[in-house]
Amino acid sequence: MTDQIQAGPQDFAIEANRLYKSFNEKVALKEVDFKVAAGESLAVFGPNGAGKTTLIKILASIMNPSSGTVLINGLSARGEAEKVRRQIGVVTHNTFLYNNLTAFENLDFYRRLYDVPRERILEVSALVGLQNRLHDYAGILSRGMQQRLSIARALLHKPGIILLDEPETGLDQQASDLLWQVLKNNDKEKRTLIMATHSLERGLQVADRVVILARGQIVFQGKKPDLDLAGLKQAYKLYTGVI
Amino acid sequence: MAFWRKVLAITRKDIISEFRAREIIGLVLVFVLLVILIFNFAFGAANEVISKTAPGMLWVTFAFAGVLSLNRAFIMEKEEGCLEGLMVAPISRDIIYAGKMLSCLVFLLVVEVIALPIFAFLFNLNVFSGEILVITLLSTVGFVACGTLFSALAVKTRARELVLPVLFLPIVIPVIICAVKATGLAMEGKSWTDITNWLLIIGSFDLIFLVISFWVFSFIIEE
Repeated sequence: MTDQIQAGPQDFAIEANRLYKSFNEKVALKEVDFKVAAGESLAVFGPNGAGKTTLIKILASIMNPSSGTVLINGLSARGEAEKVRRQIGVVTHNTFLYNNLTAFENLDFYRRLYDVPRERILEVSALVGLQNRLHDYAGILSRGMQQRLSIARALLHKPGIILLDEPETGLDQQASDLLWQVLKNNDKEKRTLIMATHSLERGLQVADRVVILARGQIVFQGKKPDLDLAGLKQAYKLYTGVI
Repeated sequence: MAFWRKVLAITRKDIISEFRAREIIGLVLVFVLLVILIFNFAFGAANEVISKTAPGMLWVTFAFAGVLSLNRAFIMEKEEGCLEGLMVAPISRDIIYAGKMLSCLVFLLVVEVIALPIFAFLFNLNVFSGEILVITLLSTVGFVACGTLFSALAVKTRARELVLPVLFLPIVIPVIICAVKATGLAMEGKSWTDITNWLLIIGSFDLIFLVISFWVFSFIIEE
């Protein structure tokens, strides 16, 4: 089951080669190896402390691995970090929004950092259905709206790759459905997606491929037509010991 | 041009945010006024004592105010979970450093501009000379250049409010000493030529702190 399932012969958007990360003596990732084809969606499951967030941070070039390499569209995440970051949008449970700024000011700030024209603010805010809330402070928006604004922020520069780290945290079912609806509806260009999530149902629903991380290692990989929810739950319990 | 546009975007964001929250300038200003008042009560208005201790009092006040202000620089980003937002943007770490440094410089200069006249009034001193303004500006640049770096370092620790002064003040002491000496000369009414050497030393420290900070910042900010 742990044999690596490779994407097709097309170009790889993301290549993680033998990633190893330790914090002092605690090993967060060990020999993590995978490739994701352009346009493919990969769900990363795992219990708390499995290394999902560390993996997403390394892929986003926020954090350097202790050893191993990451290539994003053929570019080294370490050596060409700025070019890599231009191709990535990141949505996590942290929204990266400033509560004292309005929704518009938040997007305006990030679009300046990404060198994106001002008109793009209206485009992305319309995409997430917040065009009428642009002058509200981010701090007074509901958690669901903040997360939609966070998606707008991540889509500002039209990234080809979206990294999601438990974006549903703190959202109720309705807000969570809306979040994925927004992400799916915006997927006209078929973006490459990597999502770290606890939700097996949601992950399987959205992803083409899944991996399970446990104690910093990939212990299971599966491809969607061959894998149903019951099988995934069984594998998750078997490899992580968590139901 | 692009570098400075992004630096200014960060500074602008910080200033707008501070204007609305009034977390840094307002509180630091209250702290500065309290310290000046305490010194005033402690030393009274005895001219002889004041003329000798005023430069030290002024820079001790500014140093502690600066530490308070610098403490907030990255804590606010961290508390709002926005530091990673800056880190995933396609900008060099230098831009983050320069933007935050510029914000801290603006905040501290605002505090100093308000505190100086109050200090002058309470101690009956003339601090409105070109020399003192240049000394204040140059010293504040060095102070903030070094402090922004240590603020980024401190924010990664648990006892961040304590870590910053403990690590930062010993490093920045040369700038404070030079500022005290130069301010003392300026308050005595000495000319530019008498304080030029001190200004050159402060300027050299500014340059050293800036070069080292730009060089080291990316290692500190990345996990």
